[in-house]
Amino acid sequence: MKLEDYELGGINIKSSDFKKGKVLTTEWEPNLKYAWDNGVAIGRYLAGLKEGRIIARICYQCKRIMLPPRMFCELCFRPTDEWMEVKDTGTINTFSIAQVNWDASRRGKDEPPLLPAVIEIDGASPGMGIMHMLGEVEPDQIKVGMKVRAVWKPREERTGAITDILYFKPLRAPAKKAGARKKTKSKNAAPARGKR
Amino acid sequence: MGMRKVAIVGAGITKFVRRAQETGKELSWQASKMALDSCELTLDDVDMVTMGTAPDAFDGVHMKGEYLADGAGGIGKPYMRHFVGGGTGVFSPIHGWFHVASGMADICLVVAEEKMSSCHPHPQGAFLTIFDHTTEQPLMPTLIWIFALEMNRYMETYGISKADIARVSVKNKHNAMDHPAAQIPQEITVEDVLNSETLCWPVNRLDISPASDGAAAIVLASERVARRITDKPVWIDGIGFSIDTAYWATRDLAYPRYVETAARMAYDMAGIKEPHKEIHIAEPYDPFDYKELHHMEGLQLCKRGEAARLTADGVTARDGNMPICPSGGALGVGNPIAATGLMKIIEIFLQLRGEAGKRQVPGDPRCGLAQAWGDLMQMGTVVVMRK
Amino acid sequence: MAITEKINNTTVPTFWEGEIPVRYVYTYGLAGEKFFRAVKDKGTFLGTRCEDCDITFVPPKIYCDRCFNKLDKYIDVGITGYVETFTITFHNMDGSEKKVPRVLAMIRIGDTDGGIIHYLDESIDYEQIAIGMPVKAVLKPKGQRKGSIEDIVGFKAV
Repeated sequence: MKLEDYELGGINIKSSDFKKGKVLTTEWEPNLKYAWDNGVAIGRYLAGLKEGRIIARICYQCKRIMLPPRMFCELCFRPTDEWMEVKDTGTINTFSIAQVNWDASRRGKDEPPLLPAVIEIDGASPGMGIMHMLGEVEPDQIKVGMKVRAVWKPREERTGAITDILYFKPLRAPAKKAGARKKTKSKNAAPARGKR
Repeated sequence: MGMRKVAIVGAGITKFVRRAQETGKELSWQASKMALDSCELTLDDVDMVTMGTAPDAFDGVHMKGEYLADGAGGIGKPYMRHFVGGGTGVFSPIHGWFHVASGMADICLVVAEEKMSSCHPHPQGAFLTIFDHTTEQPLMPTLIWIFALEMNRYMETYGISKADIARVSVKNKHNAMDHPAAQIPQEITVEDVLNSETLCWPVNRLDISPASDGAAAIVLASERVARRITDKPVWIDGIGFSIDTAYWATRDLAYPRYVETAARMAYDMAGIKEPHKEIHIAEPYDPFDYKELHHMEGLQLCKRGEAARLTADGVTARDGNMPICPSGGALGVGNPIAATGLMKIIEIFLQLRGEAGKRQVPGDPRCGLAQAWGDLMQMGTVVVMRK
Repeated sequence: MAITEKINNTTVPTFWEGEIPVRYVYTYGLAGEKFFRAVKDKGTFLGTRCEDCDITFVPPKIYCDRCFNKLDKYIDVGITGYVETFTITFHNMDGSEKKVPRVLAMIRIGDTDGGIIHYLDESIDYEQIAIGMPVKAVLKPKGQRKGSIEDIVGFKAV
């Protein structure tokens, strides 16, 4: 058989025809609201965040200090053993400079890009990263391997949420001029766009 | 192992389009009917049906598997839906393989469908909820973030540039020029990719496959029946699937371990010792251009960090030593999630039979593989095929 | 909060609220487009027929789900039928009581094998409804029809 010998189905509706309503459509907006139980581990994690602490969980068997904390070790398949507070500093494992919002709409011209990153938290086992945002940094200054520290909401505004950490900022202010002079900008350095 | 040999004997596909007028059922029927026609079977000949389709939230039909059943030929038959996110399409033949290899069915119709255009304002809204609801969703992520984060880590680890990666997009969109079902075949340059809109650095618009509607189907048969149906059966010699943790931020983002685990399972079963020599042609999943490279490495088709160089050297071109995504892949043919994986299976099926038309790779390939990957970037599915 | 402390405080956040922010726009498909165009423009129902299986599908399909034949001949099946089965709803979606109970019925159209789920006309005395009762569709005036299931106001007794 050859695909070329068949009349294939799949009729594309042109975007303009779709918008003009040239084909019949019907709409539905599901009302999908949820209340997800946090469970023990994430409940404790959030309670810790409210107090300005990052709390991990240890498995005595594989010796991993796990973040986010969990009540069972998925590798050893046994209950985890102990809570442990880790630091609120870490290392950028990777990052992005996002010009799109969650729904794929574009950031406005005056809106700064979003700076999501995976941050390996100090005190947890190596590689234990969490996703969070970066802030107080020029996008083109961000580097993989950069040390960062959590910037917390004021205590009274914290609600016990991952957003009690506003973002992570560089531990040391990046040496802008030195960087420019030495041309240390790697070939993958991110282009700056949008204002801070 | 007491399992029967299983062959692919027929295939069908619809065009991949941005917004299909057909319903999901109608697309499923078009692909399924073509698959049965291609090997001169009727629905009566089919013992069992499997249906692969990704989240209900795309089509906006809850319990989509059941909804699609009549278009997939499932009425009155043993019928089951499978779903492993983006890995679904290559899991489809695996699911069907179980049915036939076990002896429960002699002929199994395998269908995959996706209609992403129903979802507004964009399927990204549905993707939001694959992130952890408490520790990640409040940051309002898009799925592109996670790819951007992985791509950046991959580039950083191996010193690969955006231009190195853009070559994949150029190659695949070019290959798709010869695919009759293709949604966005294009002749573009590396500069076009680099100059396209930056969505989430390092990901640009042309680094990404589109959202698509489409369906695909294949017919599986046991050895005895396959030899009656066709002179050119293509055998499923190895299957593999493997899942990694959903704590994605704790994984090695530069290397897809789950793909390696799945590939090793399939290679063991197929008796493949040196994949880079024994696999002549491959269709790894390429929803983003860097993923093709990532997956080639996970599949042991080259060393870690080496895939970009092979691409630059033309090794992965259709007339290269190891053609990768000769169909045009998700980047060129389009990406109706589950149907994409099955499109890749169909491409290897046609290539091994020498029936790929203008897309035919030279050198009489005898062994090929298709691979897909999905869920929260954690699921690997691999199928090894021989003629 | 000592780090080794057991959780005794049950007032810590125990759930997290969220939603899936999507809406959908569905096309009617090839057969659905024909069906609702006919409702809108001609005020009638269409079906497709598989001669091999002796089945008439209403609403129409482009394929027979028994034999997989392609069906592309649309036939006008009219807007009359009979009540195949019905239920009487006394409550609204939110659980409150309806002022007037509504009868939801499956209507078998003509002598086809298909049917339409819809409401019976409010004027029907619901204690008189019976399975097998002949009914006819009540459509909105032509100018108000948009090509949707809502173009059918309901079914009334013939």
